[in-house]
Amino acid sequence: MRDEPVFTDQTDDADRPTDAPTDAPAIDPGAAPTTGPGSGRPERRSGELTFVEMLRWTWRQLTSMRTALVLLLLVALAAIPGSVIPQSGVDAFAVGQWQDRHPNLTPLYERLGLFSVYDSPWFSAIYLLLMVSLVGCILPRLRVYARAVRAKPPKAPRNLSRLPDHAAYRTEGDLDALRAEAARVLRKRRYRIIEEPVGEERGGAAVVRAERGYLREAGNLVFHLSVLVVLVGFAMGSLFGYQGGVITLVGGGFSNNLSQYDDFDPGSLWSADDMEPFAFTIDSFDIDWYRSGPAFGQARGFAAQLTYVEDAYEGTEEKPYELKVNHPLSIGSTDVFLIGHGYAPVITVRNAENEVAYSGPTIFLPTDTTFRSFGVVKVPDGLDTQVGLSGEFYPTYAFDPDRGPYSVIGEAQDPRMSLTVSTGDLGMDTGAPQSVYALDDSGLELALDDEGNPFRLDLEPGETLDLPDGLGTVSYDGLQRWNRVQISETPGKLVALSGVVLALLGLLGSLFIRPRRVWVRVRPWPADGLAGGAGGPGDDVAGAGPVLVEIGVLDRSTGAGGGDEELAGILEQLRGPDADAHGSENEISGATATDPAADTSEKEKS
Amino acid sequence: MNDAAWETLSNQAVAVSGLVYFLAFIAHLWQWASLRKVPVGRTAKVAVGAGVGAVRSRRSTVERNGGWDEDEVEAAGGEDAVRRVAMGERLGVLLTVIAVAVHGVGLVSRGLAADPNRVPWGNMYEFTMSGSFFVGLTYLVLLRKFRLAWLGPIVTGFIVTVLMVDVIWLYTPVAPLTEALNSPWLVIHVVSAVIATAAFTLGGFTSVLYLLKERAERKAAERVTAGAGEPGEPVEAKGYLARVPDLVGLDRLTYRLHAFAFPVWTFAVLITGPIWAHEAWSRYWNWDPKEVWAFITWVVYAAYLHARATAGFKGRNAALLALVGLATLWFNFIGINFFSSSSMHSYAAPASSTVVVEGAPPVAIDLPPRA
Ligand code: HEM
Repeated sequence: MRDEPVFTDQTDDADRPTDAPTDAPAIDPGAAPTTGPGSGRPERRSGELTFVEMLRWTWRQLTSMRTALVLLLLVALAAIPGSVIPQSGVDAFAVGQWQDRHPNLTPLYERLGLFSVYDSPWFSAIYLLLMVSLVGCILPRLRVYARAVRAKPPKAPRNLSRLPDHAAYRTEGDLDALRAEAARVLRKRRYRIIEEPVGEERGGAAVVRAERGYLREAGNLVFHLSVLVVLVGFAMGSLFGYQGGVITLVGGGFSNNLSQYDDFDPGSLWSADDMEPFAFTIDSFDIDWYRSGPAFGQARGFAAQLTYVEDAYEGTEEKPYELKVNHPLSIGSTDVFLIGHGYAPVITVRNAENEVAYSGPTIFLPTDTTFRSFGVVKVPDGLDTQVGLSGEFYPTYAFDPDRGPYSVIGEAQDPRMSLTVSTGDLGMDTGAPQSVYALDDSGLELALDDEGNPFRLDLEPGETLDLPDGLGTVSYDGLQRWNRVQISETPGKLVALSGVVLALLGLLGSLFIRPRRVWVRVRPWPADGLAGGAGGPGDDVAGAGPVLVEIGVLDRSTGAGGGDEELAGILEQLRGPDADAHGSENEISGATATDPAADTSEKEKS
Repeated sequence: MNDAAWETLSNQAVAVSGLVYFLAFIAHLWQWASLRKVPVGRTAKVAVGAGVGAVRSRRSTVERNGGWDEDEVEAAGGEDAVRRVAMGERLGVLLTVIAVAVHGVGLVSRGLAADPNRVPWGNMYEFTMSGSFFVGLTYLVLLRKFRLAWLGPIVTGFIVTVLMVDVIWLYTPVAPLTEALNSPWLVIHVVSAVIATAAFTLGGFTSVLYLLKERAERKAAERVTAGAGEPGEPVEAKGYLARVPDLVGLDRLTYRLHAFAFPVWTFAVLITGPIWAHEAWSRYWNWDPKEVWAFITWVVYAAYLHARATAGFKGRNAALLALVGLATLWFNFIGINFFSSSSMHSYAAPASSTVVVEGAPPVAIDLPPRA
């Protein structure tokens, strides 16, 4: 009976240092024994593999712990370039700037996908391999686990003192009563118990087999499975979602269809039919500026008052909403965010005959925290030649001989504009898309004043100045504000969120549940001292003499340790709190004690 | 008290706590200096903090003897030296407790100095201040459970250094939070990130000690095999290294610190971070450089946890991985701010470079004008 194969596992474990993974087959399916070659198959020279064996070998390599480790490190490494090189998915503008600065590297980088690392083929290859490895790792472990959950605590190893944490002490009493007491203690410590009364094991010993911490492996499996769930959620977002931005004048409106967006970034499986048919108007926009103190000029907060309808076609009810940073508006599965704001001076350009050639609020984009902003006006028709105005807007104008004009703060206390004038060809007829926020100056000539400096129009509100060469006039008629609104639909975000939350829970289980096995063997004090081991002749079966209680603990967590603490706890409960004051270090830790006789004799002294 | 008074209090508290950390550091050095003459027996380790997970009964034995066996007491030059060592340790720990408390006062008053009041982590100066505070606090909380007093000199020395750097180079006057930071998630997200950082940092210390000790023991073993040492001489490290827990203990302690920090980090960067990013920037994960590096850190630490369970990677390689993880963590904390201009985590930049206000991506410029 004692040669039952159940034992092999534990004797194995007992030989390892405490921090060794104690259940190699369950942990590393790659290491799990598979049916060896040769048995009953045609003869082959050694080293020769069949195709199937090759496949199996590859699969085993791929799903080994070592490969997982290497792939994890590869993912980390592969993620680095994307944090250094601008990414088009993150900041297309920065990518453009970078490419202008590095014309030689750009083609190479483009070929390597370095401007969109996170959906490049090589990055995907790494994480897909990792996921395959993960699945390949989990499936067999699920099977092993399903079996392990139902398994009874295994048989006691023959020699408990070979376990990394063990103790032995001498006491008196009925063997089965002592056994029952040990079982009670262990049950209270939430162990699953099997009791073997006297007579079941040779040598007249009574044994308690106990195991706990089954949920650790479950936690670990949940964690790894959840990683897949997160990935699925993430993929849903990038495939079926979209994100777009629009600059809307305060007072203006927006309705959710493609033509309304300034920029739009759909997922590859996104379809325009899925767009939520909402619409909103920005009724007003308020900023609370700090007018003194260390944050002088910074916004304390800003908010846009919206009126929105959820379905513009059906004409559903109008609802108000205060849109703020960190406070998005959710309509169905779409979210609307306020992420920026700025000024739009109202500019009117008239020709020499005083006919309006251009008029309206013109969006200027802030270039620093004082809202010094840059903008352009394009007048393709109505003047004798095409005219482009470009220049800066200063919400609170100031002038410094060294710095030139600047803005003191972002609040518009003294808003002024300074524009230069270019004439010639705006390049708008070529059909190529053009930015609304910049001039294409290839066909333009900068107008100069008499001294050869750029001709400037420095405008205050309400002011009208002449364009050069009698082209007409420019007036600064007023000031409006704009909001930049980001709109996105990210399907799968709840899937991803549940995934991480689940992963975290699994992780906690995996890291903090300590799987342990404990065996308690109670037997008559051996006549030949302690040399005999459990299988020795048990002549003293019948009761009342001195009794040897042996306890062995096997900590099966990966190196969290703590088997010694568990042992101490069990001992304390078994023997009462003061008993442990007599306990010698060696007896309890067991780590240095290889000879049980030494243990007990020390014990005897105390 | 008005805001200015709170701010002054905060600055003074930080200065005082720095001083007290320094005194604690000195006390620990004194303790270790007094120990120099004591030979390292196996049980001597107990004197300055036994292996992790010392069982209660063992501890009580130790406490009864003051942690010394008779030979050691003798070798140390008698009862006096023994008392000196014990006092050094007690003094060091006591001073550390005071320093951490004063440090805490500095932190709280920093938050109270702002108008409106807020959590004291809104810029680099404050992050560094709270990060080092949590290193101290975590150390104190774990001190008894893991018997960590031997880490005293390293922890106090580290915090003094960090606080000095913080005050000299990173100081920023109190200012209100920028709009994007003004969210309850700031509290949850940052506090968890900072706590995880503190625990990872402690884990980094123990990893370094592990590597040093492992090397020293290897060297000593080589000496013995080369016949230089006396046969039978214990194969052990010398000096400070001899008195930190053994390799198994260090490895376990390192693991436990990481096992605590890793889920907290997961919570910070993979749960609260994305939730907040979704609210503030409309994307829960945008591959922003800070996010990328937080992810890298996470993956490296996951690799560390794997390494401990993988034959051939245990021990030394795992400790190295833990240090790689720490490097990525600190790089993200400090380096990225100077390295990358595109991060939306713009708190570190003095007058933010992300100008289109609170990190809005610049308007795409290659679309046809709207009709
Ligand atoms: C996305 C990829 C992966 C991540 C993020 C990840 C993360 C983790 C983490 C954090 C742990 C620590 C929990 C613990 O110690 O119990 C862990 C443990 C573990 N992982 Fe993974 N893992 C990944 C892939 C894999 C793969 C592919 C395998 C299969 C070879 C694997 C096998 C294991 C095993 C067996 C453990 C338990 C180790 C132990 O007993 O401590 N993991 N993993």
